[in-house]
Amino acid sequence: MNDLHLYWRYVTVAIRSEMQYRASFVMFTFGHLFQVGLEFLGIWVLFDRFGSLRGWSLPEIALLYGMANTSFALAEGIGRGFDTFHLMVRLGEFDRFLVRPRSTALQVAGREVQLLRIGRFLQGLIVLIWATLALGVRWSLGKGILLVATIVSGAFLFIGLFILQATLSFWTIESLEIMNTVTYGGVETTQYPISLYRKWFREFFTFVIPLACVSYFPALAILERPDPLGTPLWFQYTAPAIGTLFLVVALQIWRLGVRHYRSTGS
Amino acid sequence: MLKAQRAIFSAAFRTNLQYRVAALAGIGTQLFWGFIRVMIFEAFYRSTSTPQPISYPQVVTYVWLSQATLLLLPMRANPEIQAMIRSGTVAYELLRPVDLYALWYSRSLASRTAPVLLRAAPIFLVAGLFLGLQAPPSLASAAAWALSIVAAMLLSAAFTTLVTISLLWTVSGEGMSHLLIALSSILSGIIVPLPFFPDWTQAILNFLPFRGLMDIPFRLYVGYVSPSEVFSLVAHQLAWTLVLVFLGRWLLGRATRRLVVQGG
Repeated sequence: MNDLHLYWRYVTVAIRSEMQYRASFVMFTFGHLFQVGLEFLGIWVLFDRFGSLRGWSLPEIALLYGMANTSFALAEGIGRGFDTFHLMVRLGEFDRFLVRPRSTALQVAGREVQLLRIGRFLQGLIVLIWATLALGVRWSLGKGILLVATIVSGAFLFIGLFILQATLSFWTIESLEIMNTVTYGGVETTQYPISLYRKWFREFFTFVIPLACVSYFPALAILERPDPLGTPLWFQYTAPAIGTLFLVVALQIWRLGVRHYRSTGS
Repeated sequence: MLKAQRAIFSAAFRTNLQYRVAALAGIGTQLFWGFIRVMIFEAFYRSTSTPQPISYPQVVTYVWLSQATLLLLPMRANPEIQAMIRSGTVAYELLRPVDLYALWYSRSLASRTAPVLLRAAPIFLVAGLFLGLQAPPSLASAAAWALSIVAAMLLSAAFTTLVTISLLWTVSGEGMSHLLIALSSILSGIIVPLPFFPDWTQAILNFLPFRGLMDIPFRLYVGYVSPSEVFSLVAHQLAWTLVLVFLGRWLLGRATRRLVVQGG
């Protein structure tokens, strides 16, 4: 409870500091909203030409798109502190966190709470709402819970990826740009049904980086579509839990990294 | 006069070539993105039987070309000059006995072209051998592409210089560069190749400067337009470059008259 209280303090500090630059905040939010909005326009252009994508309609893709982007926006807002963590390691600033009697992961996360990501979140939410209206999904309590749980668990998975990226910098002292392929690239990948991709690629995003478990599989359950890959319904409902599990594992690896940490001394 | 610019260009160029590890990571990232795009287009082409404005092999090549020269997109202001404006050391730039616009343009040109040259060759090699990038249909197409990619570099540097100059007004500069990156990525054909856009938008897309960054060289390369059109297309690129240069010069002139340097 103490930790949550502390995190809330970090959030309120972030809100107050960002509201000092209100014009910049508004401009950035709109800029971001516009930028990701144009991305969705790109998908619309392709559907306008091709009609459908292997049996998937535009609103169905929009559901996947909305889920991936709201998850990722939440994760970016919360986990942004891990993104620039390599700089802390390089400058030796991380030493200060070690002497404080609080969890290191929490302190790093609280270092930079980015409300600016609300642009992507709003855009994802708008697409998601449009998709559910256009699809006429038969909603039930189970499906509602599944959707919310998927988005939250998806955010956890992305935060887990940010944490792993930061953990690597204990060893490399540098940021590994290649990790962008699974974070930003992961969003791009999960915007489309995973059944479209080559087998090894599909398996990578199911078993190694389980992003398909927080997008494609639960989306099938919501849409009541049969899976060409043949997964049963109970799996589609329970798959999102793997995202949360991923975060738990990532935090364990983080602890390992902290134990290994040697200050650069500068 | 030109000698000074050449020296600055080559110094900035060599500095940019130093970041080899970053380039390697970038190449991996771009191959990954290109691969996702190619798989998605493959799925789209398999779901329809209606004829498309551009053929599947041409799209695959278009996608790989866009990954190879992605860094030509004017994504942000020149980072060195941005740092100078923030810290106030931009005052030294103003004191140099060279034309300020030409100086910044040379810096932008170097920082745009060096990373592209470094990354393009390996992407061409890997995508050409394993991932479906095809050679141009004729030598004339290849020559037309080479000519227009040079014009694309000049245009890109003019865009970058313009964004850099806008920083003299807004310091943080996020607003302008966000708008530009959004517009240039959709309107240059990076997100979706321009031939796919609805027919009624084609005239607008053809007029705007953004296609000169990516789409024009790519169309020439894949043979979507005949190489004989190269002169009018390059003229389009150069005309917009001139417009942006004049706009940049005018803004820079206004800015330096009212510039307040933040001491520190």
